[in-house]
Amino acid sequence: MRNNQDKILYGVDRVTVIVYVLLVVMGWLNIYAAVFNEEHQSIFDTSQKYGKQLIWISGAAIIAFSILVIDANFYTAFAYGFYGLFIIANILVIFLGREVKGSRSWFRFGDFGIQPAEFMKFATNLALAKFLSNQNIIVNQQFRLRFKDIIKNYKNTFIALFFVVTPLIIIKILQDETGLAIVFIAFIIVLYREGLSVNFLIFGILAAILFVVSLLVTQTSSLVLSLGIISFSSFLFIRRSRKNLITVTLIFLSAAGVVLTTNYVYNHLEPHQKVRIDVLLGRGTVDLKKEGYNVNQAKIAIGSGGFWGKGYLQGTQTKYDFVPEQDTDFIFCTVGEEWGFIGSTVVIFLELFLILRMIFLAERQRSDFSRIYGYGVAAVLFFHLAVNIGMTIGLMPVIGIPLPFFSYGGSSLWSFTILLFIFIKLDANRLLILR
Amino acid sequence: MSNNAQLADRKLVIGGFFGLIVLIYICRLFYIQIVDDKYMLAAQNNALRRMTEYPVRGFIFDRNGKLLVYNDPSYDLVVIPRETKGCDTASLCEVLQITKQEYLKRMKRACQAPNSPRKQSVFEKQMSAKTYAALQEKIYRFKGFFVEKRTVRKYPRPIAGHLLGYIAEVSKEKVAIDKYYHEGDYIGKSGIEKSYEEALRGKKGVQLVITDVHNKTIGRYAGGKYDTLAVPGQPLYCTIDMDLQEYGEKLMQGKKGAVVAIEPSTGEILALISSPGYDPNLLVGGKERARNFARLYLDSTLPLVNRALQGMYPPGSTFKLIDALIAQNDGVINRSTSFPCHRGYPPMGNKPKCHPHAPVDLVGSVAVSCNSYYSYVFREITDQKKYPHFIDGYNHWRDMVRTFGPGTHLGTDLPYDKPGNVPSVEYYNKVFGKNGWRSNTIVSLGIGQAELLLVPLQMANVIATIANQGFYYIPHCVKGIGNNRTTDKRFTEKHYVGVQKPEAYLNVIDGMQMCFDAGTAYYEKVPGVVACGKTGTAENPHGKSHAVFMAFAPRDKPKIVIACLIENAGFGGVWSAPVVSLMMEKYLTGKVTRKAEEEKIMAVDLIHGKNLLTTESH
Repeated sequence: MRNNQDKILYGVDRVTVIVYVLLVVMGWLNIYAAVFNEEHQSIFDTSQKYGKQLIWISGAAIIAFSILVIDANFYTAFAYGFYGLFIIANILVIFLGREVKGSRSWFRFGDFGIQPAEFMKFATNLALAKFLSNQNIIVNQQFRLRFKDIIKNYKNTFIALFFVVTPLIIIKILQDETGLAIVFIAFIIVLYREGLSVNFLIFGILAAILFVVSLLVTQTSSLVLSLGIISFSSFLFIRRSRKNLITVTLIFLSAAGVVLTTNYVYNHLEPHQKVRIDVLLGRGTVDLKKEGYNVNQAKIAIGSGGFWGKGYLQGTQTKYDFVPEQDTDFIFCTVGEEWGFIGSTVVIFLELFLILRMIFLAERQRSDFSRIYGYGVAAVLFFHLAVNIGMTIGLMPVIGIPLPFFSYGGSSLWSFTILLFIFIKLDANRLLILR
Repeated sequence: MSNNAQLADRKLVIGGFFGLIVLIYICRLFYIQIVDDKYMLAAQNNALRRMTEYPVRGFIFDRNGKLLVYNDPSYDLVVIPRETKGCDTASLCEVLQITKQEYLKRMKRACQAPNSPRKQSVFEKQMSAKTYAALQEKIYRFKGFFVEKRTVRKYPRPIAGHLLGYIAEVSKEKVAIDKYYHEGDYIGKSGIEKSYEEALRGKKGVQLVITDVHNKTIGRYAGGKYDTLAVPGQPLYCTIDMDLQEYGEKLMQGKKGAVVAIEPSTGEILALISSPGYDPNLLVGGKERARNFARLYLDSTLPLVNRALQGMYPPGSTFKLIDALIAQNDGVINRSTSFPCHRGYPPMGNKPKCHPHAPVDLVGSVAVSCNSYYSYVFREITDQKKYPHFIDGYNHWRDMVRTFGPGTHLGTDLPYDKPGNVPSVEYYNKVFGKNGWRSNTIVSLGIGQAELLLVPLQMANVIATIANQGFYYIPHCVKGIGNNRTTDKRFTEKHYVGVQKPEAYLNVIDGMQMCFDAGTAYYEKVPGVVACGKTGTAENPHGKSHAVFMAFAPRDKPKIVIACLIENAGFGGVWSAPVVSLMMEKYLTGKVTRKAEEEKIMAVDLIHGKNLLTTESH
């Protein structure tokens, strides 16, 4: 076994690495197109973002290589260590970091900056994998209404959720980085794979639907009334037992609770977040010059690409700054405009392929840790893909999160690289060690 | 420890969920990129801007090829406010002679919508050459400021302001209905500049440029493939004789009124003077334009009104010519017809009045301008037995008069001409009641008074018709557009009037010649030329009578007709006849021998009553 480990690339999944390299290079070319200007034509010009991105890419290559060199046991052994380390880093950044756009989430080193919140993703994934590989969150027992049973049944679930929610709260509340924080919701998918009760998901999805519905319906009282009618008319189809009565009543009360708190929650959102929700739902009047500008311009850029696109470096909307953040969060607009429907589909399918490949690799792991970690990678990548592209085509509210491997930025590229290559390393070792 | 087998199906749920979301996204992309093309259009509106290249406006020449209007380079100072960092503001203010407050005010305006700090906007319009020179020396110190070259109209001689008209910024209303114009464009507002706007303006060129989100120009769209070049405006060749126009304007100095000179054989307007006039250079634009315009607008002598086309005056005795022609045509009078005159028209108690003169026949009646004679003539026409009712006779007279032009738009190529007035039956029915009036009630129409009104251009056209013995060409002031010297077909068509008997014209022309030889214009003979004329003294409610004189010369193959009207100047022979006579001499002989008379006329200021030679008139 030692002999095999002499070769660094032994067991490394080449398909994944190739797709990774493809995405990174395509991203880099699109950053060049997005911020292209006549004065700095060289793609290697480090005064420009595409030049800088090349430096980040080189760094990412070194990081990827290093991860493959290091013994896989290192990641399992120090899973909690990483978690604790980055929790501390994320708290420290509030005091030591440089203020950018009103939030302190950056450590600055000269021209370059690092966001510790980005690295919290893989640390959380490691810790979650470590915890879940030793615990069981499956709930086999029937649904009981006794408080003691609930605590007993869901204890591990709550601990797992605690691993996820802690960084979320730190990043959201202390650093005020909604985009970076909301990503941690993705780990719900991991928990689901590992046996999270479907009740949680159903409750969550229903709550989300109700939230949207109650924002769209102006008359709260009639909504609550119709909810009541729907709930209790269910007795036409189910047995009229005391247990069912309590269940239905509880469901109705929670639903009504969601409806009634919606306006409270909405009113306590920050103004720009309210506006983003309004824009998505088409609530009230949206001024395309102000709050609706980003999404409208993004749609115009992508929509004007047509089937074949305008050709590389021929995009006018992205290149001439009509689309804001066209090199970072809205990088997909450049793809849509210059490469058209064909290019957009290729990029989305490449990303999806990578994600499904993660699931495929995860499922072939013999160790629970590796499998759980693999699902974490897939979930985080998918969450980014869905929200990022969703917002550029007007299907999601605008949340500032990057498109994996594509968007400009060192922290996100490095954090995705670390996230991915740890799993590649774990996968490469799957035959050697049974954890 | 997890129960893997039991949960293995969940991988399908997760994978299926991922695939479903991506499928929805692909459908959405398909819709906005391929099905819905509104984003394509929005993108073009976003990034393509049409830049206009302004053509040079056409020059205007007089009938002899002398330049009347050309263009001068002018310089606008433009600014891009956000690039003015480090600009030497103090010395810029000094060069432009503005205060710091004014500077800040203009800067603020340049930053506000529809302007923008990133967009260039005009800071100072049409700088004087002196300012431009001073500015050019220091322009490197004025960061963010640039000089843009444009052109303004320029007039070598300060004449013919009314005739040439002026250009100014196009109105919002015009922009709304005419796609060619955009706000800030210039357009001809009056005179030739207005009527020949389409030929003069040329064609704007268009450059499609790509702009960024800040409206900054990035480059040509498609390498300039869809750009068009500006086409310069066409030159215009006027019928105006610049020297005659200038001479006439000098003679009319200090007098309110109008002079129109026409070449009868073509209908070409040789001079069109409205006095007081103004120097057209005053209205070319820049800071002074608004000030000058306001000053001219408020002037009580109405220098902006083109009296030659818009001043409606009673023609007075000059109108007797038309009566004489119609009556002869109808056969109610002939050369030897005479009527009693008792220093007035006897049937109405010797009103209208007349002046003492020997008994006259038709020719003499024209020469001495007998009021009684033409009161009878008017009644002879209207009260003819062949008409069952007097009203029909009146309508016949009115129709005949209108064929000469009065009461109609002649169709000249200058804008805003007034039609004058030949009162209708309906009008008199309203004033006197139906059947409440007879020919005697309105007999003063016969001597060109009462409600009868003509504009000076129509007066000139009447004389041109008499000189041509029965027809006229529509008076016009442009005879060629561009290099092929084309002109509107309507200016080469003969318009025949109601009177076509040659002897009728001969009798009238004899009388008009006698007017110079022995009549009311005896002192205004044109040396060496046989001229025919008619005086008029138009009574009006605005004070002293208007002095009218119209004439043509020479009698055989007439080369020029002139109508002159001077407001409130009294008897036509005294002030208007000399102006006409001198202009004829100038035009026909090329020089003026009667220097003393010329000086006298030019020197007199009738507006401010500085003349000592006023003659009480008839």
